[in-house]
Amino acid sequence: MISIFRRPASSPPPRRLTLDILRYNPAEPERAPTLQAFTIDEAEGMTLFIALNEIRAHQDPSLQFDFVCRAGICGSCAMLVDGRPALACRTLTRDLNSHITLAPLPFFELIGDLSVNTGQWMRGTAERLQTWIHAVDRVSIDEIEAPMAPELAEAIYELDRCIECGCCIAACGTAQMRPDFVGAVGLNKIARFRLDPRDQRSDEDFYELIGDDSGVFGCMSLLGCHDVCPKQLSLQTQIAFLRRKMARLGFD
Amino acid sequence: MSHSIDYTAPQPLRPSLPPDAAALPTAHPPSSVRPSRWPARLDLLQSLSGLLLALFLIAHMAFVSTILISPQAFYTVARFFEGAWLLGRPYPVLVSLVAASIMALLMLHAWLAMRKFPAGFRQYRAFIAHKNRLQHGDTSLWWLQVWTGFLLFFLASIHLYDMLSQPELIGPYASADRVWSGGLWPLYLLLLFSVELHGGIGLYRLAVKWGLFGGKTRARLHLARHAFSAFFITLGLVTLLAYIDLGREHAPRAGERYQPPSTSASHHH
Repeated sequence: MISIFRRPASSPPPRRLTLDILRYNPAEPERAPTLQAFTIDEAEGMTLFIALNEIRAHQDPSLQFDFVCRAGICGSCAMLVDGRPALACRTLTRDLNSHITLAPLPFFELIGDLSVNTGQWMRGTAERLQTWIHAVDRVSIDEIEAPMAPELAEAIYELDRCIECGCCIAACGTAQMRPDFVGAVGLNKIARFRLDPRDQRSDEDFYELIGDDSGVFGCMSLLGCHDVCPKQLSLQTQIAFLRRKMARLGFD
Repeated sequence: MSHSIDYTAPQPLRPSLPPDAAALPTAHPPSSVRPSRWPARLDLLQSLSGLLLALFLIAHMAFVSTILISPQAFYTVARFFEGAWLLGRPYPVLVSLVAASIMALLMLHAWLAMRKFPAGFRQYRAFIAHKNRLQHGDTSLWWLQVWTGFLLFFLASIHLYDMLSQPELIGPYASADRVWSGGLWPLYLLLLFSVELHGGIGLYRLAVKWGLFGGKTRARLHLARHAFSAFFITLGLVTLLAYIDLGREHAPRAGERYQPPSTSASHHH
């Protein structure tokens, strides 16, 4: 039968969700980290971001977590959802069990509860890897810019979709062991600027930035980054590509 | 209701390079401060030594498993590597040379791969906590690779030294006696599982690390990895059983060498 003529099934009662949230405030070190359980009724299309706001509004105003855009663009609400890094605003509760454990991203400085300071680490990495256009030629603002092939612009844009949420670093086994590792976010940025014709750095220059064990050769290809990236960036391909390019320099 | 969760304490922030150090226009640095090329070479060498060992592993299993065809088939293969067909008479030292090269390759690979092992308690604990928290296939596989690799330092060395020091004792009866009467079958059993798992995971990781088959082939590579390990562990087990069988049968005459039927009359000593 055509399904539109069927009587809509009476909607089942909403699930009761239990969220175990790791509570810890570094400003109060005398209080040990604990998991606090909150229960709420699941709503249609509920994301973890909505659930957390509901808890903060109605149950515990002291709960700390970050968000800005609610649409997977700002990268603020990354956290461990049942142990796996993910964006709270892009995680639907219907894809999870009714019992959910939330913890802050490891590796980064903890601000409190689910809130971490990814920004400071990201900035340090950007400075260390010099992730901006390096041009020697002077740009004349009176002339028309050199055109860029649409395919190239697309390819650069694809890598520029990174939102620096920190999920790849939190999912990286190498970074957990060796905190000086630049991680997928850093390598992806190098790949992005390497692609950009306005950046006049050579592979020689990039080798100086990532040609050692805290750079591309430190990557052990565990691919946690690739598998958790909320923007589905093809990090495996980018890192393998950089590895081939940088390894080549070992023999010239 | 309380649930345990592995929580790693926040890391202290690292100092980063001052931005002004980087803002200079990018001319090539003078060659005296050129960054070392060794990280690149060592990385490639680690992969290459692993690949060569894996290829040797495949060939080795093909030769050893000829015992499943017949003792005569294995005898022919063993004598082939002593070079009598080329040099007029058998030189077991050729086998020693191969064993020594593989030993050297193994040491090189172990030295290079060891750099990736967790160093010290902090790294060790950090990785275990991460692995248990993430529940991610490729991350857990690496742990298996670390431990099988660690076991291979010892298991493979014992076997290689055996081949290096007694190259003439390779043959249907000599090998079967070593396995059974010599009591080495537990070593071979452990070695078989370690090396086939380690080799299978290693080949898979080579492919994803260097992007050998493009970016979207991971599921198929995993399938190939399973097939590799399953095939060679099965073949290895059947082969080991054949040697155990032959060794038990031959135990009363342990030490006596195999004589090929055609030449047994003329070459008897």
